[in-house]
Amino acid sequence: MLLNQFLLLSAVLFSIGVYGVLARRNGVLLLMSIELILNAVNINLVAFAAFTDTIGGEVFALFVIAVAAAEVGVGLAMVLLLYRSSRTIDLTTVDRLRG
Amino acid sequence: MTVLAALEGMDRLSGGDVLVAQNVAFAIMAITMVASALRMVTTRNVVHAALYLVIVLAGVAGIFILLGAEFLGVTQIMVYIGAIVVLFLFGIMLTKGSFGDDDGVTGERRLMAGLVGFLVFGVMTAALVESFADAELSRSGPSTTADIADSIFSAYIVPFEAVSVLLLAALIGAIVVARKD
Repeated sequence: MLLNQFLLLSAVLFSIGVYGVLARRNGVLLLMSIELILNAVNINLVAFAAFTDTIGGEVFALFVIAVAAAEVGVGLAMVLLLYRSSRTIDLTTVDRLRG
Repeated sequence: MTVLAALEGMDRLSGGDVLVAQNVAFAIMAITMVASALRMVTTRNVVHAALYLVIVLAGVAGIFILLGAEFLGVTQIMVYIGAIVVLFLFGIMLTKGSFGDDDGVTGERRLMAGLVGFLVFGVMTAALVESFADAELSRSGPSTTADIADSIFSAYIVPFEAVSVLLLAALIGAIVVARKD
């Protein structure tokens, strides 16, 4: 298999995730798009691990999975806090710090 | 059946029939993942978006197994599909009523986001095609769990401990942020 087929798939998923982060207004959907980006990065790491026949990329993919789990936990807690304080998770309405 | 054939032949990456089966399996998974990801960022139903995310995550697990990273594929299924998607569904349920749909996105916002995403994809594609034009994967066989364990507890022990502390901090932080006081 070619290395590039995995890297290009990863690039497509990454770009779709970037689109989701920029276009979505729902806080939960924004976090989902971030998960998509992190998974695209993981495909890259594992593809390069297979390309160089080393194990480091897979270990770092494991670390990325752990960090993603932590990120989702804190992110969803923040979304819940936002919902409790303002009854909405529309991110375009969150501008209380705007001068 | 094609996927199974590709998985069984994982230890002979250079074989002719196996290579064809692997490429077919890759094509099926890649098309499914890209279509699901596109639906995920465009669908108006929040729960459907979470279910499309499950398809993409399962596809990533399949790609991992295709690349010979079996432990990572199983971890992906357990952590992402087993835990993170359930967290998302809880988040959707607990904030239900505020946002059943996500249809208020204006055309201009979508256009700009699509433009940025397309530009990112274009730049990355140009760089990748130029750098790794015909590079072949050189892995001789699937990586074993023992290899990963050896690596984590010798060369990467410091990052591993750092991730442990990060998970603990994130857990406590999530409880502190989300609790009712």
